[in-house]
Amino acid sequence: MAKYLLLKHYRGAPAAVNDVPMDQWTPEEISAHVQYMQDFAARLEGTGEFVDGQALAPEGTFVRYDGEGRPPVTDGPFAETKDLIAGWMVIDVDSYERAVELAGELSAAPGAGGKPIHEWLELRPFLGAQPTITECH
Amino acid sequence: MNEVLLRSLTPSVLGILVRRGADFAAAEDAVQDALVEAVRVWPADRPRDPKGWLVTVAWRRFLDATRADTARRRREDLVDEEPAPGPAPAVDDTLQLYFLCAHPSLTPSSAVALTLRAVGGLTTRQIAQAYLVPEATMAQRISRAKRTVSGVRFDQPGDVATVLRVLYLVFNEGYSGDVDLAAEAIRLTRQLAAAIDHPEVAGLLALMLLHHARRAARTAPDGSLVPLAEQDRGRWDTGSIAEGVEILQAALARDRLGEFQAQAAIAALHADAPTAEETDWVQIVEWYDELARLTDSPVVRLNRAVAVGEADGPRAGLAALAALDESLPRHTAVAAYLHERDGDLTMAARLYAEAAQKAPNLAERDHLTRQAARLNARGTRR
Repeated sequence: MAKYLLLKHYRGAPAAVNDVPMDQWTPEEISAHVQYMQDFAARLEGTGEFVDGQALAPEGTFVRYDGEGRPPVTDGPFAETKDLIAGWMVIDVDSYERAVELAGELSAAPGAGGKPIHEWLELRPFLGAQPTITECH
Repeated sequence: MNEVLLRSLTPSVLGILVRRGADFAAAEDAVQDALVEAVRVWPADRPRDPKGWLVTVAWRRFLDATRADTARRRREDLVDEEPAPGPAPAVDDTLQLYFLCAHPSLTPSSAVALTLRAVGGLTTRQIAQAYLVPEATMAQRISRAKRTVSGVRFDQPGDVATVLRVLYLVFNEGYSGDVDLAAEAIRLTRQLAAAIDHPEVAGLLALMLLHHARRAARTAPDGSLVPLAEQDRGRWDTGSIAEGVEILQAALARDRLGEFQAQAAIAALHADAPTAEETDWVQIVEWYDELARLTDSPVVRLNRAVAVGEADGPRAGLAALAALDESLPRHTAVAAYLHERDGDLTMAARLYAEAAQKAPNLAERDHLTRQAARLNARGTRR
């Protein structure tokens, strides 16, 4: 009973094994990929392990406070930002091993040539609730 | 209307439906429907026999659902079997339901969800909110769990230990959502203790009561954690402590020690100390030794190192810690604490900061970061 975030990167993850940009796939390969992702999410709903999944646009804006009475400052997007998140899925599973297993399956989504992408996904545990029976020092 | 009272009738009503021949999964749905109906109808028109009312309504719902199915043959058999209206049977299947919902074929999260619904009478939405997952996900988890146990015979004896593990998990989840899972775990363990005479059930109930008693003192108004030694003991719930101690003593007197009784004994020794300084650490170390014999858990040995540090001094605690695997959760936090007690504040500050990085939850991370900051600020003032 622990939540994990599966992060998919546009940039910043090590290169995938089948590292062909999506715009060079055939339309059928794209459809097969999209279908795989939908089926994966549906399957996790069925097992009672799905929490959330979202995709993000690649271009974002940086925003910061600029002092009392002034509007926030915006900047970017920065082409040089190393780490660029493409989307995420949140799962609620019984163990770390199960989270790794599911991340592995998601990474097997088909890409160019209908072959698995072997994409690197980042697996991050959520900070959980404070257990009742553990005193602090 | 008291919702907890209503929910306390859940397992016996469900047991009656199953005994009348309904399959567990369908009966459980029917009982949930009846509970929802009771919440709607009872405030205006409370029945004289609440349990009888629930059985009647649930059974009717079950028959309706079965009729809607294509399995006409099965339905007709069941209608024939329907007993004449009368008093509910004397047999109580509450215990069987605990066993079924904690069946070893279920994963821990499934067993927890199924127990909260079929024994606790909580709705899927309440359980989903408590565990911060979508309702659809929790609904699937519960229906899969029901399918998993569908072949299990209802009258088979189960394993008390698996039930206790499930209840312990529920209690330890605390109270993040709308539903107070700690209070619910206590209620369910109390109900289990009434259904079976078992020293470890009593031990777990005592443990829960003793920890629950400290709940108000465990967090500051800003939500930060207050360590045991710094808690305002005047805010501990003395009624809950007295009940926990009494239950524990009766259990220990039976001389069938188990890990929950040993854990409760440690909690009772803390509860018994009027001030942190008066804690009987020597006896606590003895209980940890006992616990280590019973469970062989590295977490127990880690907590034992803290107790040794209090009983025999921080150097002894650090020596006990040195024998343990550094990758254990909270190992660094314990090392930080013992080094601080030993007077090595620079080392302690560094270890607190490192422990904060590894903390498994936000409250502990913030607590450990504050400990590091406190020691670091002291260094700069000097």
